[in-house]
Amino acid sequence: MSLKHDIEFTLNGVKRQASVDVTMNTLAMLRDVIGLTGTKYGCGEGECGACTIQVDGVSLNSCLMFAVDCDGRELTTIEGLANDSKADALREAFVEHGAVQCGFCTPGMIMQADHLLHKHPHADAECVKRGIEGNLCRCTGYKKIVDAIVAAEDGQRTAP
Amino acid sequence: MTELKHYFAPTSLDQAVECLKDGDVTILAGGTDLTPQSQAGRIRIKRTLMNIRHIPQLSGITLEGREIRIGTLATITEIMEHPLVRQHLPVLVEACNHFASDQIRNAATLGGNICNASPAGDTLIPLLLLDARVELASMPEAKLYRHSMPLATFFVGPGKTRRSLCELLTCVRIPLPGEGHVAHFHKLGTRPALDISTISIGIGGTLREGVLTNVRVAFGAGGTGARGAEARCRHHRQGRRHRPRRGRTDRRRARHRLVSQGNDP
Repeated sequence: MSLKHDIEFTLNGVKRQASVDVTMNTLAMLRDVIGLTGTKYGCGEGECGACTIQVDGVSLNSCLMFAVDCDGRELTTIEGLANDSKADALREAFVEHGAVQCGFCTPGMIMQADHLLHKHPHADAECVKRGIEGNLCRCTGYKKIVDAIVAAEDGQRTAP
Repeated sequence: MTELKHYFAPTSLDQAVECLKDGDVTILAGGTDLTPQSQAGRIRIKRTLMNIRHIPQLSGITLEGREIRIGTLATITEIMEHPLVRQHLPVLVEACNHFASDQIRNAATLGGNICNASPAGDTLIPLLLLDARVELASMPEAKLYRHSMPLATFFVGPGKTRRSLCELLTCVRIPLPGEGHVAHFHKLGTRPALDISTISIGIGGTLREGVLTNVRVAFGAGGTGARGAEARCRHHRQGRRHRPRRGRTDRRRARHRLVSQGNDP
């Protein structure tokens, strides 16, 4: 039988406990144990960024993180950001610019964009391109995504 | 062959090295390599999985006398953004900037990059150029024992280091580069982001009046196959040249050596 370990962490602002397989990754815990399926499994190797979440304020690939390593930490997933008014500008910009096509990369892309904009409040297109290097999109060709992220920041900056 | 029986997250260095005495422990730091490799079955996790994240002595970047100490748990992002590193070790910032993606830089640790000892490890080249030393802790008797060695002698082959199973890499110490020190890192891959280096090289030295002295060349990835890999590790240990040479010439020579090595059948 596989080895289990009990962990306690904050998920989208709410304290959670979980009993997880020691070898399980955080992505599998989110999707299969907790049931939050907004975070996507793309490659399982940190190449595609579809599984991007934020841990203690920085973006990470949840497929590259052991679930037991979530113990005592603060996790935010796309479900948490969906209920956060701070992300409104980003969400609206993605819709306005047609930055969503099949949508599979979108949760990871939004999580990474949100982290990027926190870190670089005045991000231009070049900065955005560097920031989303770890997120693959096979539909849009990236231009609309980059435009949306730059515009979201513009929107946030001009908002009262 | 034993299977995974324990998970342990020590909160002090003493607890960690005590646990390592067993010799059957897999160490978890950032997890960016261990997670996918173990899930794909390429690495077998030993009897104990020890998560060192909660040990405060293993974090931080500080100036101690004439050297910069980087804790083994420092992430690539922390290193490339730290004012001390940006001021004194720009070649390390340069290499960190070419490291994987933002998400991976936020999680991957310096200690992990060193202990994996991949010839393609992007931080290894600047650290070799900068004469970094690694500090190892163990508990041979009842007391904590620390010793250090130059990074250049730490690597013995691709994926192999002189760290014994009972030792923990606690930090890297880098002497402050002297006046006129220059160094650059170059990596070639098939795309800019997330690329595992196919060729990586660094060159450093002291530049005075257009003459480069104390030249040091470090090779990382280059070509494939065990033969090339062994040659690469020898290059890690060599590379110091005392005779003054014009920088450009030396750099060109270094490239020639690397290319011929890469084309070796």
